[in-house]
Amino acid sequence: MSTLIGVDVGGTFTDVFVLDEVAGTARVAKVPTSRPDQSGGFLDGIGRQVRDLGGVATVVHGTTAGTNALLERKGAKVGVITTEGFRDVLEMRRRDRRATWGLRGDFDPPVPRDLRLEVPERTLADGILHTPVDLEAVRAAAATLKEAGCRSIAVLFINAYANPGNEAAAVAAVRDVWPNGHVAASHEVLPELREFERFSTTALNAYLQPEVAGYLTRLDGALRSQGFGGEFLIVQSNGGVMSVETASARPIRTALSGPAAGVIAAGHIASSAGFENVITGDMGGTSFDVSLIANGQTALSAQTSIDFGMVIRAPMIEIATIGAGGGSIAWVDKGGLLNIGPESAGSTPGPVAYGQGNTRPTVTDANVVLGRIDPDNPIGGKLDRLDVEAAREAIATHVGTPLGLDPLAAAEAILKVANSRMAGAIRLVSIERGHDPKKFAFMPFGGGGALHAGAMLAEVGIGRAIVPRYPGVTSALGCVIADMRQDFVQTLNTALSALDEAALTETISAHLTEGAGLLDSAGVKFEAREAIISFDMAYAGQTHTVDVTVWAGPAADARAPKTCEIAAAFEAAYLAAFGRLLQGGTPRILNLRTAVIGKRPKFDLSTLAPGEEADLAESRKGSRPVYFDGAWHDTALYTRLTLPVGAVINGPAILEQPDTTILVEPHLRAEIDRFGNIILAPRETADGA
Amino acid sequence: MPEIDPITLAVLAGRMEQIADEMDATLFRAAFNPIIAEAHDASHGIYDAQTGDTLVQGKSGLPIFVGVMAAAVKAVIDRGADTPPQDGDVWIFNDAHIGGTHLSDMRLVRPYFRDGKLFCYLASVGHWHDLGGAVPGNYNPAATEVFQEAVAIPPVRLVRGGEFQQDILDIILRNTRLPASAQGDLNGQLGALDLGVKRLDALLEEYGGDTVSRALTALTDRAEKLMRAEIATLPQGRWEAEDFLDNDGISDVALPIRVALEVTGERLVLDFTGTAPVTRGPVNIALPTSIATAYVAIKHVFPSLPANAGVMRPIDIRIPEGSLLSAEFPAPTGGYTETILRMIDVIFSAAAQAAPERVVANAYGTINALSIAGRRGDGSRWVMFSFYGGGHGGSADSDGLNHGNAPISTATIPPAEILEAAYPVMFRQWALRPDSAGAGAHRGGLGAVYEIELLEENAEAFLFGERGKFAPKGVADGGEGAMNCFAYEQDDGWHQPPLTSKMVGMTLSKGQRVRLETPGGGGYGPPGERRPEAVARDVALGYLSAEAATAAYGPAWREVRI
Repeated sequence: MSTLIGVDVGGTFTDVFVLDEVAGTARVAKVPTSRPDQSGGFLDGIGRQVRDLGGVATVVHGTTAGTNALLERKGAKVGVITTEGFRDVLEMRRRDRRATWGLRGDFDPPVPRDLRLEVPERTLADGILHTPVDLEAVRAAAATLKEAGCRSIAVLFINAYANPGNEAAAVAAVRDVWPNGHVAASHEVLPELREFERFSTTALNAYLQPEVAGYLTRLDGALRSQGFGGEFLIVQSNGGVMSVETASARPIRTALSGPAAGVIAAGHIASSAGFENVITGDMGGTSFDVSLIANGQTALSAQTSIDFGMVIRAPMIEIATIGAGGGSIAWVDKGGLLNIGPESAGSTPGPVAYGQGNTRPTVTDANVVLGRIDPDNPIGGKLDRLDVEAAREAIATHVGTPLGLDPLAAAEAILKVANSRMAGAIRLVSIERGHDPKKFAFMPFGGGGALHAGAMLAEVGIGRAIVPRYPGVTSALGCVIADMRQDFVQTLNTALSALDEAALTETISAHLTEGAGLLDSAGVKFEAREAIISFDMAYAGQTHTVDVTVWAGPAADARAPKTCEIAAAFEAAYLAAFGRLLQGGTPRILNLRTAVIGKRPKFDLSTLAPGEEADLAESRKGSRPVYFDGAWHDTALYTRLTLPVGAVINGPAILEQPDTTILVEPHLRAEIDRFGNIILAPRETADGA
Repeated sequence: MPEIDPITLAVLAGRMEQIADEMDATLFRAAFNPIIAEAHDASHGIYDAQTGDTLVQGKSGLPIFVGVMAAAVKAVIDRGADTPPQDGDVWIFNDAHIGGTHLSDMRLVRPYFRDGKLFCYLASVGHWHDLGGAVPGNYNPAATEVFQEAVAIPPVRLVRGGEFQQDILDIILRNTRLPASAQGDLNGQLGALDLGVKRLDALLEEYGGDTVSRALTALTDRAEKLMRAEIATLPQGRWEAEDFLDNDGISDVALPIRVALEVTGERLVLDFTGTAPVTRGPVNIALPTSIATAYVAIKHVFPSLPANAGVMRPIDIRIPEGSLLSAEFPAPTGGYTETILRMIDVIFSAAAQAAPERVVANAYGTINALSIAGRRGDGSRWVMFSFYGGGHGGSADSDGLNHGNAPISTATIPPAEILEAAYPVMFRQWALRPDSAGAGAHRGGLGAVYEIELLEENAEAFLFGERGKFAPKGVADGGEGAMNCFAYEQDDGWHQPPLTSKMVGMTLSKGQRVRLETPGGGGYGPPGERRPEAVARDVALGYLSAEAATAAYGPAWREVRI
């Protein structure tokens, strides 16, 4: 029982990472994602590497099943029972619009208006019961919605965060007349102030529940039928894992499951390699996703919009996304300015060089024309070769001629502008948040990131880049190492001076107990259990809160803080965020947040390191001309996976592996560290270090 | 100067936009008042050293500030003509007659020096919570002079060569009901300017001042070229449109806003001749505001245009002297939002005659600034001040958006739970307004109904709204949206303001309510071209009553089974 399996199902590929801890070996598999049911690809991917599931201790899954259902609007028919007067909250949103300029477009809410029914009931903002809930009306509404063919029900009452009494009575009445696992009240999913965000999160959870719960149950059954007797876990958007049972009840927490696993893996790989501060860059077909890990901690954001009006409020790995991926189209506007994206050729039809019908040049086409991608061995294995001539012609027509540049200069211009935009995204998560990028390493993953790593170093002033050994399966690797995590929130909305310490103690202890129960019931072994207790706080009158963490450490020692401890922590956090305190201001607490974390054992990454047989000379695969800074350079080619630990390669060089291409520009050098990662640095820095 | 290479230009365009965006973000995070922090009623940018023209502006600020900020910088340039700007100066002012918009918008302008030479200006504008005047929050529909709206501060140096002038700040803080909020917002704006300086220093260090200034020139030229290319896609000709403001808040007389849009080659004229003269009440706007509004309307029609003064070069904007679109001191301008929304509506209506598929029908067209204020049991003062949403217009692409924000703004509405937690009110209704959408092949978006009950003993209510007498128009034969409708409860029943959507000092007692029904958007295209299935669906969802459906679209929808 020493085998761990991570499976990340992405839009195009399903990646599998298999770790045998006893044998000290790791294997990877990449298979096409199956649609519409992703379980086919999932099982196929595992089957490629593991014959007997009986020896597998844990399978951890990063899934896009929920995200896709939201984006493609393929969730269940949901019924809503809500407070009289508030039927339209889901549809009215926060009175926003799709884009600042243009005023076009409408919005189709996930639950149509005729399936949103009102019942008499009312709670006031201070929790006082104004009108008791009319349970007869609730039962009648539930019957109507059932009749209408709804598969799940969300009970959404105003101010239920302040007093859940009415909502709890209503949801119990619904379950009474319609016993169904897919009935939930807003205070159960998110007991937090702000009705649209709470209602939207609860309704979207209901929207996903039948689909995602069914998918996970099918997978669980299929694994068990093949002899699997271990634990099956799901990655959440916050970077922690949860049990299938929790994921089935709260599928909304899987919205960023796959990307979160990637960031978790990046953090572990970087810190093992000695970098506690790392900026990750995942370059896919349509976007470039950037995350920041400072002092080993991943930044979390409180909510996200999956699409216009589809808001999910739950802690998620913070990811900044810009529309500059390999498939992003380069074009010259009527004013003569070169632009990259946001339009993308994606993976179908893909870049011009794929020969699948697109004729407008993309970032990947520029890389192909400049010799940076091997046209005879395209990544992914779907195509036999790339059409360099077509790519060159597209660049000449759409970029070169309008700008008066020859095709090579035009291709370099495309990369320069794309790199500048990607660098902008890195500045956004670092400089704009008060971090100095010089103190960070850059870790590219995904298929295209490693081609642009050198440019990121030059543009942003980052000292080093670290390319993990298997950049194409980073998310699957992250599944294997993610901790188990449960987040809780409760709105308090009180002046700090008026805080009820006894009630706070009770709430925190309820969170810790429930969290411990979830860890216990998951049947997973933990190295340690930790808790984080924090508050969202601000001065009275201010609307943006700061995160005030009062405890982060062993769960057994966690306890509710005293008012004076919260006050001191608030001042420290506020000072760090804004540089000065507000004299005479009244500190307020908006929300309490508790996280309970079960630390899972981390495997030794040197398991992945190149073996004894690795050899520098044997890795050398000849050379090809690559265009840098206005001239062709004869560039050495290497097979990346057979480069030995300690090998040093000066640029220009290209290191190739099945799932990515690493570009070592003339001013850089690459070194293989003891885990098999490639460390890229400017030659002079590396020499001086 | 040699022309800049296209690659460096593209890179610098992105870098400079990022500086302005980052200045926006800094203020949003640090601001104390929710109008800036939540509603993003603020803006930042980089402006020409000689003319004050907009060179680069942040993307996240309020749309109407794109353009109006140049006037603020120009005002400072004019003021400083006798005493040349020094490194480390920061000017402050809110005078709407020279800087545009209204007195609530506090403008900070800072000259930026490179190697001892003036290189450009940085500016920051933000809507402060209160600056004195007769009505808390400064939306006073009964004002007849600026003096009843707020304290007016002309351009003065708050910081002189790096030395902070505390006495000037003391004067400002003595003239607001909320000095802590004002101080907090000012700190945020100064912080944003500091950040802009720091980032520009780094950029100029990297690329050199010469390259950056050539890039700025090239970007302005490019914006002009883009605008010319867009105009060239419109048919040649002249189209007129007219609409009305309900009244000026003082006397019940409708006020025409007229425009003639003329396309000749690559030039475009917007001529507002025929618009009503300056009014006693506060629906006037100053000239810089009118110019900026024309820009907002144009950019909604051509969304990909950059935020840069070059866009305005091929456009002639003719504002008649003495009209309410070129008000002079001390005519009141507090309700400027209503007037600029109507300007945008008429520009859309005129442009729709030229190229209907490029234009969206009129949105709900009023900001509905509603404030309810009183004292709690413990004597503390409360003021609930918010703007309310309505329907957007239909377009060639789709129906209009239900419950959107105003075209001049990107502000979101605070949640009902936040308002109820902060103020002694209870929302009885927070809902879409059926039968409010303009009919059309693509109908307008629905307006909203907000009904608010008072939970404290007494309060006073103030409303500054419009569209109570003239409905939002459709385009390309689309129908009109429903009009704004406001009512308030008294001991003897429900009442409506004599000036329909404007009133000061309505007194409310515990348990009494106010009810605001906002306009829907206009429709796009003839209602007869709407698919019966879409009409039947609107009826099934309760967007449209059966009677209204048949009246607007005929009986065909009744045959549809859904």
